[in-house]
Amino acid sequence: MRFNFLPLFVAVPLMGAFLTPLLSKLWQGLADIVANAAGVFLLGLSVFGLVSLGTGASPLVYWAGGWGPRAGLPPLGIAMVYDPLTALVVLATNIVGFCALFYSLRYMNGYTAKWKFYTLFLLILAGLNGLVVSGDLFNMFVFLEISSVASYGLVAFGTEHEELEAAFKYMVLGEIGGMSILFGIALIYARASTLNLADLSGQIAAWGHNPFFWFVIATLLVGFAIKMAMVPFHSWLPDAHPAAPAPVSALLSGIFIKVAGVYSLCRLMFNVFGLTRENAAPFFNLLLGFGVLSIVVGGLLAFAQRDYKRLLAYSSISQVGYILIGLGIGNFWGIAGALFHLLAHALSKGLLFLAAGSVESQTGTRDMGKLSGLERSMPATSWSHLFGTLSLAGVPPFAGFFSKLFIVLGAIQSRMFWLAIVAVIFSVVTLGYLTKVVNMVFFVQQGKEPTRAREAPATMVVAMVLLALLTVAIGIGFRPVLDYLVWPAAQVLLNGLSYARMVLGG
Amino acid sequence: MRGLSLIVQTIARLMAGLLFLYGLYIVLHGHLTPGGGFAGGVLIAAAFILMSLAFGSVEQSERSSYVFSSVFESFGGLVFVGLALAGYLAGDFFFSNVATYFTGRPLELVSGGIIPLANIAIGIKVGAGLFAIFLALGASQFVMKE
Amino acid sequence: MVPFLACVLLLLIGLYMIVLKRNLIKVVIGFSLMEYAVNLFFALVGFKREGLAPIITQAAQPRNFVDPVPQALVLTSIVIGLSTTALMLALVMRIYEKFGTFDISEIRRLKG
Repeated sequence: MRFNFLPLFVAVPLMGAFLTPLLSKLWQGLADIVANAAGVFLLGLSVFGLVSLGTGASPLVYWAGGWGPRAGLPPLGIAMVYDPLTALVVLATNIVGFCALFYSLRYMNGYTAKWKFYTLFLLILAGLNGLVVSGDLFNMFVFLEISSVASYGLVAFGTEHEELEAAFKYMVLGEIGGMSILFGIALIYARASTLNLADLSGQIAAWGHNPFFWFVIATLLVGFAIKMAMVPFHSWLPDAHPAAPAPVSALLSGIFIKVAGVYSLCRLMFNVFGLTRENAAPFFNLLLGFGVLSIVVGGLLAFAQRDYKRLLAYSSISQVGYILIGLGIGNFWGIAGALFHLLAHALSKGLLFLAAGSVESQTGTRDMGKLSGLERSMPATSWSHLFGTLSLAGVPPFAGFFSKLFIVLGAIQSRMFWLAIVAVIFSVVTLGYLTKVVNMVFFVQQGKEPTRAREAPATMVVAMVLLALLTVAIGIGFRPVLDYLVWPAAQVLLNGLSYARMVLGG
Repeated sequence: MRGLSLIVQTIARLMAGLLFLYGLYIVLHGHLTPGGGFAGGVLIAAAFILMSLAFGSVEQSERSSYVFSSVFESFGGLVFVGLALAGYLAGDFFFSNVATYFTGRPLELVSGGIIPLANIAIGIKVGAGLFAIFLALGASQFVMKE
Repeated sequence: MVPFLACVLLLLIGLYMIVLKRNLIKVVIGFSLMEYAVNLFFALVGFKREGLAPIITQAAQPRNFVDPVPQALVLTSIVIGLSTTALMLALVMRIYEKFGTFDISEIRRLKG
């Protein structure tokens, strides 16, 4: 039996979260150390997990308390599953989580009660890691709620007018989403009497596509759509993400909406409900429709913004739309592109929010009209911001190029030429609104005095430069990333119901 | 926060101890009877809340109760995670029942391995956490000033 | 069937309060109602007529137990609901401190 490390994904950040309030009573600096140690450990663990998974191996399965499946009985215990899709999402989560924690060493000095920030931040990380690793429907819900509740607290962390209003709005909508998901889980349990994802997929396959099946999918879809800010449900995101402190914005925008929304949705729809383009075309067309709507609405509204972080938040809505159309296309290239875009967007949007935070903390404003020519005084922030911009917009050597290329290839392969055209046009639009930021804030002076500022402190710069280098590295060395991360993960989604056999048989 | 009238104070003095003991009973018998860590913890918190409602408090004592309850809350959480990890570190499974010398016979108080211990940890966490919530929401403005 | 429909009715009442009430406290109450509706629904799923408490003391016993899993799950989701309600009320208190009102139509600093 291979050394099994899955519980540590949940246990270590939880330990950190409970240790920080205790230790910070002794000495404030201990909170910094504990939180960052947890971040480093999680990053190391996810790399180790990726390595120990190898290529094409069976997924690691762990039964909490040793309650594995017995012969002839359904599985009683709670499963944790680590397959290539988990590996991809966990890696993205922990890279951004680590960088945000390292960044907040200095950044969060501007706020009071730093240990409260660390506690909530580690709870988000515990929830997200647990959600991805979990192989049990109700556990997914519990971890989702842990990270959601912590994120509501962090959005309100500044406790000013805007923060509180944004947090309340986010909380009401987010909880309606949570209730919808719980209702869906209750419906599933009422019919199937099991919560294990692998066992469930076998039960659900016996239902057939009757109205009840579609009703369950609808309740789950509404819940996850709110969590991922799909367009008709997006109104909370442009308020909540800019209101949070920068490392939290980076985590929420880069990771939270994708793990809580996209990952959960695709895990359930592909692996548990067994939907494929062939047997459920209306569902996939719905995803395509919402995806295109998100791309268009998010992209156009981003143009109208003057607030730096608000623009980035609208851009997140638009980029989640790309992931949705990738999934909606439903062939190999589309899904691989969607997963690659999940990774690329997590890194680049995390980077952009961190850069926005360092501009805000050094100049005291995030109104783009009041900033200009920061390149001279803050070169590291400016250049890493430029890297993030180019990656997000899909300029060739960067990570975002390949993800968008795959999505377009998938669309062409499925003969959806209009979709390919929309994707390409709005890639240019993305470049447009992000170039606006780069020009107004960093590189062009527009006849104004360049804003006086000092470069951000070293730890903040290191976190940003690390993410910037990663966007380039993933873009240039895309072959190994594809071979080890993206293609196996896409295979997991494409194989659909064989997930159950892999988990229960292995 | 001001206290309440003499009648309320007298009854509260009588009730608070009983509530606290009943909370302890529910926590400790969590593995045998209905209830457990959460229900017992709520009762324990209720005893504290009753006392501070009836007798009132000054800001100084509220601040120290707040610090105390947050420390206890973290401690309870740590113990729970530690128990879960204990099974893991003993070379067995996460959450596996490692305290085999506590297993005893069914329906005895000292039985069930780590389950009563986990109940106690949850009881501490819930009791302290609910009291901290009460202080933060209702008692005073000091948490806001911090 | 009637209890399930009552749950859905409760859910709709909660949703109505969240969407249409202007007082923040009433929004929180509506949210609690919604949560109770879902929890009640979940608890009803495990109901069984004349079922026994699922405590197995002897191997050979009539097996007419209620399903214990929904009860455990509902307990978990009640705890989650407790924490979200507490956090929501704390937010409402802070909002009242800053804005001096509970009226949702006067709390509009953000563009939307």
